[in-house]
Amino acid sequence: MTERNDGKMDQPVPISVRPLVYRHRLITRLWHWINAITVFVMLMSGLMIFNAHPRLYWGQYGANFDTPWLMIGATEDRGFLQIGGIDLTTTGVLGRWTDGQGQTEYRAFPGWATIPSTYSLSAGRRWHLAFAWVLAVGVLLYWLASFLNRHVQKDLFPRRAELSPRHIWHDIKDHARLRFPTGEAALRYNILQKLAYLGVLFVLLPLIVLTGLTMSPALNAAWPWLLDLFGGRQSARSIHFIAATLIAMFIVVHLLMVVLAGPYNEIRSMITGRYRLPKERKA
Amino acid sequence: MISRRRLIGGIGASAGGLLLSGCDRLNESPDFRETLRFGERLSYRAQRLIMDREALAREYRLDQRSPVFRPNGTRMPVGDAYATHTANKFADWRLRIDGLVARPASFSMAQIRAMPHRSQITRHDCVEGWSAIGKWTGVPLKLLLDHAGVRDRARFAVFHCADDYGPMRYYESIDLIDAYHPQTILAWALNDQLLPVPNGAPLRLRVERMLGYKHAKYVERVELVESLDRVGFGKGGYWEDTNDYEWYAGI
Repeated sequence: MTERNDGKMDQPVPISVRPLVYRHRLITRLWHWINAITVFVMLMSGLMIFNAHPRLYWGQYGANFDTPWLMIGATEDRGFLQIGGIDLTTTGVLGRWTDGQGQTEYRAFPGWATIPSTYSLSAGRRWHLAFAWVLAVGVLLYWLASFLNRHVQKDLFPRRAELSPRHIWHDIKDHARLRFPTGEAALRYNILQKLAYLGVLFVLLPLIVLTGLTMSPALNAAWPWLLDLFGGRQSARSIHFIAATLIAMFIVVHLLMVVLAGPYNEIRSMITGRYRLPKERKA
Repeated sequence: MISRRRLIGGIGASAGGLLLSGCDRLNESPDFRETLRFGERLSYRAQRLIMDREALAREYRLDQRSPVFRPNGTRMPVGDAYATHTANKFADWRLRIDGLVARPASFSMAQIRAMPHRSQITRHDCVEGWSAIGKWTGVPLKLLLDHAGVRDRARFAVFHCADDYGPMRYYESIDLIDAYHPQTILAWALNDQLLPVPNGAPLRLRVERMLGYKHAKYVERVELVESLDRVGFGKGGYWEDTNDYEWYAGI
């Protein structure tokens, strides 16, 4: 390779020349990895608790003699999931599945999705209600820190222009074609990313904490407005489950995006804070 | 050579596997399970801190009741003694109050039903997740406690039950804040009928700011104690002793 002095670069920039820039603050990285563990424990121990009564209702009350809007169960030959009037056969995954020893089990969610893997409501609750403190206190501290260090105002809140339907549509198309931002633009969150993070941070997480608290009979006495806010304890339990499902879906998309955007660079930036700018795309 | 992508994929997959088997192994360790109890302790303290001692559980309208109130746990205590009681409509059932009290006492059901009573339409929340709303009528526990004269050393009320639940008789315990709470009653009626056998006839505890397993059925003795160590296997209740459920059931 010969040196060229005309300033034109037609060779790709070698990786060592592309700058490593500071992207994630310590508090963000810390909270991210605490949550990576906490949220998985919450989801999996939550499924164990759900298995104790795999039905969801709307309203103040709901038990076996009442009509659930969602139910996981089994008949003699199949597992099923019923949502409203829809009945799906889920044998092997939900309602009826085979455990590691080849035994047929009739619990709603399978052992690989629950903590612990064999049925124990008391153990599932102990994990859930301990890690719930880590989750809730973590969210509160992260809110506080991220307003104070202006992460929310500078990096997460959309600018007015980003909220135009045309801009959003453009971003959706870019995502669909897996065209990720390069160079300096990769340092800023795009609008779909901002909305997803804001949605989790300021909608789903507070919703899941508050609906969780609404299921506590003691807190119902202390803060009866919780019952009115969500329309009853069984409604709160349903919303809790829906919010958990949305968080699980966020994690799937999040992990997919990390893999597609370059997992080494992305994971490094969440550990060390430093991110290698992706090379500019040729015009 | 292993590519970066495969390396990361491999790390991800083994981290997932490790997480799963690791959680099971952690769960089998008594030390770890004990460590996780910080959640229960924190919840108990925090809830007591923010909650008014007398804060009432929500009471509902008659038309908000569950069409059918689901019974759970023991539905028919076994044994001749209980069968005899059902046969003569609990005419000889006695409720004893003893332990750390100045005046141990014993009451017949006729005496209890003649006492001042409280009716409340409340929600019963099972630890499993379901809820049922019903109307309960019974004597406020506070009246019985005041009658017997609780000694200063007493810290817990223990409810001893007539139903044999395998390794031991059912029992439960609550602290004195809940014991003196205005909605804490020993109920003898459900939905304006004398308490049915599956719901705990003739007398059951209603402690409305707690999950269902605290609401002891078939209660025949209330014992005031300073410590739970020497009751049952020492954890304060049947489910706590046998299945490691939390003693504090406000959440």
